[in-house]
Amino acid sequence: MARMKFLCDADRCIECNACVTACKNEHEVPWGINRRRVVTINDGKPGERSISMACMHCTDAPCAAVCPVNCFYTTADAVVLHSKDLCIGCGYCFYACPFGAPQYPKVGNFGSRGKMDKCTYCAGGPEADGSKEEYAKYGANRLAEGKLPLCAEMCSTKSLLAGDGEIIAQIYKERVMKRGYGSGAWGWKTAYRETIES
Amino acid sequence: MASFGRFIRLALGAWALLLLVSVAPASAQQVNPTASSVKEQQLLQELNRIQGRVSIPDQRSGVLEQPQGREWREFRMVTLPWIGGVAIIGMIALIMIFYLTRGMVRLESGRSGRTIVRFNGFERFVHWMTATCFIILAISGLNVTFGRQLLLPLIGFEAFSEWSQWAKYAHNYLSFPFTLGVVLIFLMWIGGNIPSKVDIEWAKRGGGLIGHDHPPANRFNGGQKLIYWIVVIGGGLVAASGYALMFPFYGTGIESMQMAQIVHSIVAVLFVAAMIGHIYIGTIGMEGAFAAMGSGEVDVNWAREHHSLWLDEQMARTGPNDGQPQPATAAAE
Repeated sequence: MARMKFLCDADRCIECNACVTACKNEHEVPWGINRRRVVTINDGKPGERSISMACMHCTDAPCAAVCPVNCFYTTADAVVLHSKDLCIGCGYCFYACPFGAPQYPKVGNFGSRGKMDKCTYCAGGPEADGSKEEYAKYGANRLAEGKLPLCAEMCSTKSLLAGDGEIIAQIYKERVMKRGYGSGAWGWKTAYRETIES
Repeated sequence: MASFGRFIRLALGAWALLLLVSVAPASAQQVNPTASSVKEQQLLQELNRIQGRVSIPDQRSGVLEQPQGREWREFRMVTLPWIGGVAIIGMIALIMIFYLTRGMVRLESGRSGRTIVRFNGFERFVHWMTATCFIILAISGLNVTFGRQLLLPLIGFEAFSEWSQWAKYAHNYLSFPFTLGVVLIFLMWIGGNIPSKVDIEWAKRGGGLIGHDHPPANRFNGGQKLIYWIVVIGGGLVAASGYALMFPFYGTGIESMQMAQIVHSIVAVLFVAAMIGHIYIGTIGMEGAFAAMGSGEVDVNWAREHHSLWLDEQMARTGPNDGQPQPATAAAE
C-alpha cells in the first residue's frame, strides 16, 4: 500500500489558486470553508514564497490523538479521515493541528462550531465509496476511482504533488538535482517527521 | 585609423563575449534564485510559526504552520488527565479517609428546635442555579477530557458521540446562567467574605474539622471564605477562558485558544475537586449544615457551634425574644 502525501514545491508555486478552486468545486465545499489555501510568505518582498497547504495527513496525526469522541481514522493509504456523524464540533483538532486544516461551518447562535470539515485527500469518508451520502458530507471520492487528489492534478506548474510519499519525494529530488536548488518539502518535518534530503 | 579602432573594439568585444560564454554556464549553475528566499526551518525556529498572506476571504488561514499544537496535544493527552485525576481522585480519597476517621461533624449540643434564617430565598435560588449548572458543566467537561478513555469503550462510538454532542450543547448554553450565578454570588456575599483575623484564629484551631473545637466565626468561616473565593476567582477564570473558546477568533488566535483551553481545563478540574469537598461538608460531612441551603433556616445550636459571632450579631439585631439562650454549651462559646 502506498503512503499518500502532499508535497508543494514552493519554487514552482505561482499562487494561481487553481488548487483551491479545484478543491472547492470538486467537493462542493460550503461557503466560508477552504480545505486548501495558498499562503504567500514575504509577499512582495525579495524571497517571497507561496505554498499550497491543506491537511497533510500526518503520521501519528495530532487531530486524531486529541479528538474527544475518537472520530478520526487512518485508511490503508495512510489518509487521515473522520466521521461527521461522530464529530461534535468541539474544536480540539483545530487547536492541535499544525496546519490549520480543520474548518468548522458556523451553525446556530454564538458562532458555535458545526461538524468539522477538512481535506479528505479526495478519499471521501466512512460511507460507501462513491455514495450520495458520502458525497454530501465529504465530497468526491477520487481515490476510490483510482484517481489522485484534484488539487495536485490541476496544478498549472506541477508544483503541488500528490501520491505515494516515496514517488513524489523522488520526483522532487530529481527536480532539485536538475535545477540546482530547492526550498524543501514544506511541512514534511512537522507532518511526517522526515524531510527530503537534497 | 578608424578601421583599426573598429578592429580593436571588435576584437575586444569578441574576447569579452568569449569570456562571458565560457564563464556564464559555470556561474549560472551557482546562481540560486531562491538563495534569499524564506526557509521553513529558519522561520519555525525564529517564530515557531509561519504566517503569510492569503487571497481567500478567511484571513486567519494565513497561518501556514504552527507546530506548537504538539505541546498542546501533550498537555491535553498527558498533563491534564494527570492533574485532573490526581486532584479529583485525591480529593475523594481524602474525604473518604476523613469520613472514616472523623465521621460526620456532629451537632454537639443537640438540636434546640428553634431555627434562624441563614440564607433567604434569593440567595438559595442563586446558589442552586449556579450549583446545578456547575454539576452539568463539570460532568460534560470531564466527559471531554476523560470520556474517550472511560465511557466510550463502554457505550460505543454512536452512543458516546450522541451523548457528547448534547453534553457540548449543555456545556455551552449553561455557561450563561452559571456565569450569572458567579457574578451574583460575588456581589451578594462579598460583604461576609473579606478575610479577617478571625479566620486565622479559625484556621489555627482546625476550623472545627480537625479536633472537636468550635472556633468562633462570622457569617462565613475561613473555609467558606475559601470556597467563596474559589468560586469567584475560579468561576471568573473558567468563564473568561470558556467564552474565548466558545467564540473562536474573537480577539484570539490559535495560540491564545490553546492557552485558554489550558487555563480553562486546569482551573476546571481543580474547581471540581474543591466543589467535591464543598458538597461533602454541606451534606454528609456536617450535621445540620444542609439546612442552610435547603430550607434556608439553621438550628440555633448549629449556628452557635459553627458561626457564633454571626449568631450573636443576629440576636442583637432581632432582639432577645428570638435569641432565647439554650442550655448546653451556650456558656462555653
